[in-house]
Amino acid sequence: MARNPDADSAPAPKAVKTSTIEFDADKAKTFKVVGSRPPRPDGMDKVTGRARFGADMVMPGQLVGLILRSPHPHAVIVSIDTTAAEALSGVKSVITRDDFAENADHHDVLCNIMAREKALYEGHAIAAVAATSKAVARKALKLIKVDYQILPHVTDVDLAMAPDAPLLHADMITSGVTPAPTKPSNIAGRSEFGHGDVEAGFALADVIIERDFKTAATHQGYIEPHACVANVGADGMSELWCCTQGHFHVRQVCASLLGIDVSRLRVTASEIGGGFGGKTTVFIEPVALALSRKAGRPVKIAMSRDEVFKASGPTASSSMNVKIGVTKDGHITAGEGEFRYQGGAFAGAPADFGAMSAFACYALDNVKTVAYDVVTNRPKGAAYRAPGAPMSVYAVESVIAELAGEIGMDPIELRLKNAAREGTKSSYGPKFGSCGLVETLEAARDHPHYSAPLGPNQGRGVASGFWFNFGGETCSTLNINADGTVAIAVGTPDIGGSRAAMCIMAAEELGIPYERVRTIVADTSSLGYNDTTEGSRVTFSSGMAVIKASRKAVTEMCNRAAMIWDIPAEAVTWEDGHAKPSGANAGEFEPMSLAEIAATASKTGGPIAGHHEYNADGAGVSFGTHIVDTEVDPETGRVDILRYTVVQDAGKAIHPDYVEGQFQGGAVQGIGWALNEEYIYGEDGRLQNAGFLDYRMPVASDLPMIDTVIVEVPNPGHPYGVRGVGETGIVPPLAAIANGVSAAAGVRLTELPMSPPRVLKAIDDAKVAAQ
Amino acid sequence: MRYESPQTIEAASALLASEAGLARILAGGTDLLVQLRSGMVEPDLVVDVKNIPTMTSIVEENGGYRIGAAVSSAVMNEHADLCAMWPGVMEGADLIGSTQVQGRATMVGNLCNCGPAADSVPGMVAANAIATIVGPNGRREVPVIDIPVAPGKSTLAKGEIVESVFLPAQVKRGGDAYLRFIPRTEMDIAVVGVGVNIELDDSGVCTHARVGLGAVAIKVLLVEDAAKALIGSKLDDAALDKMAAATSAACKPINDKRGTIEFRTKVAGVLAVRAVKIALERANKRASNGGEK
Repeated sequence: MARNPDADSAPAPKAVKTSTIEFDADKAKTFKVVGSRPPRPDGMDKVTGRARFGADMVMPGQLVGLILRSPHPHAVIVSIDTTAAEALSGVKSVITRDDFAENADHHDVLCNIMAREKALYEGHAIAAVAATSKAVARKALKLIKVDYQILPHVTDVDLAMAPDAPLLHADMITSGVTPAPTKPSNIAGRSEFGHGDVEAGFALADVIIERDFKTAATHQGYIEPHACVANVGADGMSELWCCTQGHFHVRQVCASLLGIDVSRLRVTASEIGGGFGGKTTVFIEPVALALSRKAGRPVKIAMSRDEVFKASGPTASSSMNVKIGVTKDGHITAGEGEFRYQGGAFAGAPADFGAMSAFACYALDNVKTVAYDVVTNRPKGAAYRAPGAPMSVYAVESVIAELAGEIGMDPIELRLKNAAREGTKSSYGPKFGSCGLVETLEAARDHPHYSAPLGPNQGRGVASGFWFNFGGETCSTLNINADGTVAIAVGTPDIGGSRAAMCIMAAEELGIPYERVRTIVADTSSLGYNDTTEGSRVTFSSGMAVIKASRKAVTEMCNRAAMIWDIPAEAVTWEDGHAKPSGANAGEFEPMSLAEIAATASKTGGPIAGHHEYNADGAGVSFGTHIVDTEVDPETGRVDILRYTVVQDAGKAIHPDYVEGQFQGGAVQGIGWALNEEYIYGEDGRLQNAGFLDYRMPVASDLPMIDTVIVEVPNPGHPYGVRGVGETGIVPPLAAIANGVSAAAGVRLTELPMSPPRVLKAIDDAKVAAQ
Repeated sequence: MRYESPQTIEAASALLASEAGLARILAGGTDLLVQLRSGMVEPDLVVDVKNIPTMTSIVEENGGYRIGAAVSSAVMNEHADLCAMWPGVMEGADLIGSTQVQGRATMVGNLCNCGPAADSVPGMVAANAIATIVGPNGRREVPVIDIPVAPGKSTLAKGEIVESVFLPAQVKRGGDAYLRFIPRTEMDIAVVGVGVNIELDDSGVCTHARVGLGAVAIKVLLVEDAAKALIGSKLDDAALDKMAAATSAACKPINDKRGTIEFRTKVAGVLAVRAVKIALERANKRASNGGEK
C-alpha cells in the first residue's frame, strides 16, 4: 500500500478489491529463466564508477545552488533581506518564499521546500542562492539577513499532544473526530480500525498484558544524498535530472509549484544510491528549478549529509500502548492498541498504517486500534520501508512474546494458533486472500536456527510482520530490435534490482536468453504516467506490464509469421522463442525464431513492439517471520547480534538474489532501528547527531550473515505469483530483537533504541528491584 | 587560504609564529579536512608537516621508540617491534576510523586535536609517553598528559609544534592495553576509553601502574588512585574492584548523545578491569619470552 507522500492528510484506507486471477499455475511449472540468478545489468556500471547518480550530471554553464536553513526549530520569519547576497559578484539568482505562488494542491510541500510564514524545524529552507562557485554561494548565504521571532517548540509526540503544547499550525483541526474539535491542535488526524468487542474479549482472557512502548525517529540512511540538476530554458522548456524513486511524481509536483504544464518539464531519474521510501517526494528539486528559471542557467543542488538528516524525510517516532488477552491454551481473545506517531512539521505520520498493520498477523474476533497523526518541530517525515508498521508491530509482537512466556507456550506455536490465513477478516477490515504467514511460521519453527543451543547471556527472539503491498498506475513498453534483442522501457526507477527482474520476465515470456533483453528507466516524456517506486510494487506492477507487453509482442510476431506462411494467425503458436504453425498446419513450416521474425519485420509491417498500461490491482499481502539470537554484555549493556534468519513469503522469487537482498536489507535496517539509530534532539530543539558518526547505523562488522528462507505462496493477482518483497522485511526485526534482548538481559525492554546505556540501566534497575 | 609545505620543523614553526590570522597544522588531515569541508574552520594558513624528515620516521632510542608526529597509524602498526612492545598504544591508534583513514591519521594529530575521546591518547598516557615540542623558543619535552586542556585547546604556545612522541622501553614483566566502549564494532567514537600499563616483579606483585581514561571528562585523565589500588597487589579481584571504583570515581562525564553520566561512570570501571587483565596476560607473556615480544 502506498499513499501520496505529499497528501495533506492521510487518505481513508481503501478496501482491497477482489481482483482477477492472473496466476498461471501451468506456466509456473515450466519456468526456464524465472528463479535463476543472472548477473545484474547495472552491476558493471556501479562497480566501475560509470553509473551516473544524482550529483554526477554536469550541464554547460551549470551553477551551484545552496540553501539557507533555519537554525531555529520554530520561529516566525519576520523578514528576509537578500540585497547584499544579490549584489555579490558571482551570484546569479537568489530565491525566497516570494518566488513561489500559493498552491492549494500541494500546500504542505510548498511550505516544506521553502518556509513561508514560519520556520517549523531546524533545517527548514528559508532562501536559496545559485552562484558560479560553492565558495561564492556560501558567502552569499551568509549575506542573507533573516529576522526571526523565536517561538516555543516541541519535538516529542506526547508533549505535542498536550493541550498547552506550542501550536505549529493555527488552522490544524483534528480530522476523523466527530464532532470536529473547535480548537486547533497538533493532532492532524485520528483514525480507528477493528471489529468485535474488545472488552468482551478481554473478559474471556486468562492472562492480559498491557504495556507502553516508545520508538525513536530513524532515517532511511541511503548512501546517496539528494541531488539534482535543473535547467529551465528561456522558452520555459525545462529539464530536471534527479535521484528519485518517482520522477513522474516529481514532474507533477514541480510543474504545479512552478506553475507550468507538465509537458514543459522532462524529468530523468538518475541511478539511485538507495531510497527506502525517502526519495518519494521533493525537497531540493523545485528549489533548483526556481533558481534556474531566475538565473537562466542550469543549477545543481546536492545536499550535504547534515542537510539530509535535518531536512529530508526521516520516519516517525512513536509512543504506544498495547493490551492483549489470551486464554491458557493460547487463544487470543482480544487485542487493543493506541499508536501515537509524530511525523514532523506537517500532517502525514503513518500512524494509520501502523494501526492497520499492528494486529494483521492474527485472526482475531475482537480487535481495536486507534491512530494519532501528530505534528512536531521536526523535519516532515517521508516514507520509510513499510511506513508505520515496524513500530506498531514491535509493540504487539513484544506483548505476544511475553504472553507466550506467561502461559508457557512456544512463541511460534502461539502465533500459529492465532495466525491470519486465507479468508481471515483482517484487523484493518478486508478479508485476506491467499497468503503465507502460516508457511513462514512453520518454516521458522523447522529451521535449525530455532532449535540451536544458546550460551550464557544469550537470548532468542521471534516476531512476525506484515505489509499490504501496492500496485498502482503503471505503463511499460517493449521493443523488438531488428537483431533479435529486446529493449524494455519502464517508468519505475530501479531501487532494488527491478531491471534484472524485468529482463527475466520478458525473457521467460519471449523464450529468449536473459542476456538479449535490456531494460531502461525511461524519462517522463517517453512513457505514460507511472506511480512511484514504492509499496513494494515494481516487480509486481511493472513486471506484470512487461509480461503483458511481451504477450502483445508475441501476438504480433505470430501475426507476422502467419503473414509469411500465408496461414491464419490463429494457426500460429509461440513456443520456446519461436513461432510455430499449429493445428492443421503443424509441421508444415520451419518454426521462425524471434530473431528471424525481427530481421524481416521491415517487410512484414515495420517495427514490432508491445505496450501495456493499467492501474495494477491484486498486489497480494506479504508476511514474514524472523528469528534472532542476541548476546547482552551484562556489565555494559552492549548487544551483539549473533545469528539472524529471515523467513518471508515472496509469492514467486523472480531473481532470488535480489529477493534475499531485500530480506537482508530489511533485517539490517531493523537491527539499526532496534539497537542504536535515533534522532536525538537537545532541549534547544536542534538535532544533536546529524551525521553518521553519532547517528549509529550498523556497519558491516556489526552484523552476522543474514540467513534467508524464501517461502513461495503464489499471489493469484500476478501471472507468475509475484508478491512485493521490499518492505515486509523491516517489520519483524524491531520486535524480534527486542524479544531476544529481553530474554538475554532477563528484563523486558520497551523503548527503542536498545542502546547500551538504556539496556544497562534496565538490567541494573531490575537487579535493584529484585533486591 | 595559503598552503605551505616546509622542509624543517624550524621553518614550520616560524611560519606558524609569524601568521597573523588563523593557522592550522596539516599532518594526516583526517580532522582538519573534515573541519574545512564542513566550514567549521576557515584558516588563513595551512602548514603541511609531512615533508619534515624528523616528523615522518620511527627511530629506536634507549630501548624505546621515537615516533614522528606525521607518521600514520598504518605505518606505525606495521612496525612489528613497536607493536610487540606497546600493543595497547598501537591498538588505540589502530581503532581510529577506517582502513583508508588509517593511512593518513596520526597519533599526534589525535593528541593535539585535544578531543577527550581521542583513542590513541589514554594508551600514550598510560605508557607515560613524552612529547618533544619545537617552537620559537626552542625545544622542550612534555609528558603527553600535559598537552590537552579541553576540546580543541592545548598547552602548546603559538608557533609550537609537536615533533615526535617517545615511548620508553617496556620492562621485562610489563604490559599495556587499551579498551574503548562503542555501541558498534568499529567506525565509532569512544563513549569510554581506558589505557593501562602495568609492571610486575618476579613474584607477580604489581610495582608500577598507570591508568589513562578517555571520554569521561573535559580531557583525557591520568587516574592515580586507580594505579595506587593496583600497586603492591597481585592484581587479585579485591585490588581490581578497588581499581574499578577508583576509576569510576575519577570520571567527570556529561550526559550527551553518546552516553549518560551513569553509564560512562560504571563502564569506565568495567573496562579498566578488563584492560588490566589483558595487560597482565601480556606482561606475563613478555616475561616468559625473556622480556621481548
